Amino acid sequence: MTTTPKAGRSRLDPEPVPRRDWLGLSSLAAMGSALLFGLIGMLKLPKAAVLASPSKKFRVALPETLPPGEPFVPPGRAVAIFRDGEGVYAVSTICTHLGCVVKSVPEGFECPCHGSRFARDGEVTKGPAPRALPWFKVGLAGGLVTIDEGTVVPSGTKVAG
Amino acid sequence: MTPAAGKDALREFYGNLKSAPGRLLETAFRTGPPATDRSRSTFVFGNVFLHLHAVRTHLWSLRWTTTLGLGIMSISAFLIALVTGVMLMFYYKPYPDAAYESMKDIAFVVPTGRLIRNLHRWSANLMVVAVILHMARAFYTAAYRKPREYNWLIGIGLLVVTLGLSFTGYLLPWDQLAYWAITIGANIAQSPREVTDALGITEYFDPGGLQRLLLLGSDEVGAEALIRFYLLHVMILPLVIAMLLAVHFWRIRKDGGLARPADADERLAGLRREETYPVFTEAPAKTYHLAAIIRGRTEHVGRGPENTVPSMPHLFYAELGVLMLTFFACMALSLVSDAPLKELANPNVPENPAKAPWYFLGLQELVSYSAFMGGIAIPAIVLLGLALIPYLDRETEGTGRWFGGPGGWPLVRFSALFGVCVPVLIEAFAIRFGWLREWFPDIPQLVVTAINPATIITAAYALFSLWSIRRFQSTRAGALALFTCFLGGFLVLTVIGTYFRGPNWVFYWSPADWPQH
Repeated sequence: MTTTPKAGRSRLDPEPVPRRDWLGLSSLAAMGSALLFGLIGMLKLPKAAVLASPSKKFRVALPETLPPGEPFVPPGRAVAIFRDGEGVYAVSTICTHLGCVVKSVPEGFECPCHGSRFARDGEVTKGPAPRALPWFKVGLAGGLVTIDEGTVVPSGTKVAG
Repeated sequence: MTPAAGKDALREFYGNLKSAPGRLLETAFRTGPPATDRSRSTFVFGNVFLHLHAVRTHLWSLRWTTTLGLGIMSISAFLIALVTGVMLMFYYKPYPDAAYESMKDIAFVVPTGRLIRNLHRWSANLMVVAVILHMARAFYTAAYRKPREYNWLIGIGLLVVTLGLSFTGYLLPWDQLAYWAITIGANIAQSPREVTDALGITEYFDPGGLQRLLLLGSDEVGAEALIRFYLLHVMILPLVIAMLLAVHFWRIRKDGGLARPADADERLAGLRREETYPVFTEAPAKTYHLAAIIRGRTEHVGRGPENTVPSMPHLFYAELGVLMLTFFACMALSLVSDAPLKELANPNVPENPAKAPWYFLGLQELVSYSAFMGGIAIPAIVLLGLALIPYLDRETEGTGRWFGGPGGWPLVRFSALFGVCVPVLIEAFAIRFGWLREWFPDIPQLVVTAINPATIITAAYALFSLWSIRRFQSTRAGALALFTCFLGGFLVLTVIGTYFRGPNWVFYWSPADWPQH
């Protein structure tokens, strides 16, 4: 669409956009932004608001005979629970490298996947693991231990009964 | 109606019935049997499946050594995997435990189920091999150069999707092997945390955690992860690969067929002359051949298509031959080697050693030094480097010739030696003497992430490539050096990861030395 420039206007002034073009452009822009925001909304689809994972809290009774400083791993859980003179504490047994379950050995823990080693307190002693094994929040109630795998506490946090 | 006319119509009916099979063929091939040059052209041109091909093919493209049939082998393996994959979908149920049961059904109950699964697995493996070799062929014959730069990029996309298809298929059996390989894979996706944790910004900026969450749909490898991998494997990635394949084939055609040296016609002069048909002598009613001429600078413009032969039958028979060979190879492998199925996935007891599929074991070897470097940064650098090749190397010398360009075969030979020796030496050192953390237990993680065998090998390759550019005054020489090193490193690391790593990822000379539990 062409328009005849008005007299008196400098040739450096931008050409006025004809009304019909303006309407077309603005409706294109409206469609574009609607598509864009629709897409952004849809991109959130793969991330559910509530994750389908089992409860992170569980309760367990420690064996009476658990020696101080020896780990107790409840069946089906990836947490090592210790009891010593200062109290009870829980260390994750999921390797911080690539998520394999570490095995308890006399020196601490070792990971079967890429050979990371950890001390009893979770510190990395060897291998590719980038971080120490995290400690989890522990609660004591009526002879039972409550472990919250969703809450990490600073290493060395022991709960006295 | 008179009885006589009725009799005639009945005879005509019987006649039509008798000639129906013959007519069926006639109507299927609209232009008659491909007997003359012209009907051979229309045979290709008038067929919805064949018309992706040009009607005539240059003799250079048909030479056995031009492509080794690797591209057709890749698509053949893909087609076999596609057909067998659809067959497996009849029985497979993507839900934890049920998935494993259905795998057992396929192996023990379904007639030919085990063979179909073996074919699926072997064709998938063969496809990975063929795609890598196909890329190497395109690289070493400098076929990525103008005007084929963009098709090289599409090819890299196809490589990524091929690996993605293999990886997503790996989880589906829901056995120990699958479960722990995917656990490791998902945590590699999370490994940017190695850096964000060290910087203390994970709380605000956590791309690693998001990647893992999107991949698994949950905190752990469970039902959500399985359905996601299934969806990717049977729907999303096949659609993506089909689109990329369509563009890939289309561009081969539009970019003027396969790359060939400038002097291809002269070199073919003494060769198979009797098989090249003169084109415009058989008095075609329409010049269909003109349809093969395309816009832009191609070898066809301003030149008669000498040294070309009709695609039907020359090219199609060659392609069919490769398809049959590929199928034969898959079938032979399937008959002698069964796809593995270990115990049901157990989230509490890792497989030891937990190994990814073989083509990822090179990466797993790097990952055993730093998850982020080996799993994300270095693969990203490699892919970026591959993608940049046609845009950095804009020379013309050696296009279409094996190991063409400055440096040539001697440089490739030397690079292969270098590319193999560097990872062997560094791995030997790291295996014998350990690495930074064993010597300095309190070393910051960022230092380990930055300086480890994976990054040192990469840096050595990059320096070697720069040296080659200077030595031969050619970017192509640098590319030859780098690509060859990359293949050598891939080979060495894959062999180490496959054969020399045992329980706890400890080095063993042979699986016979593995400790027994």
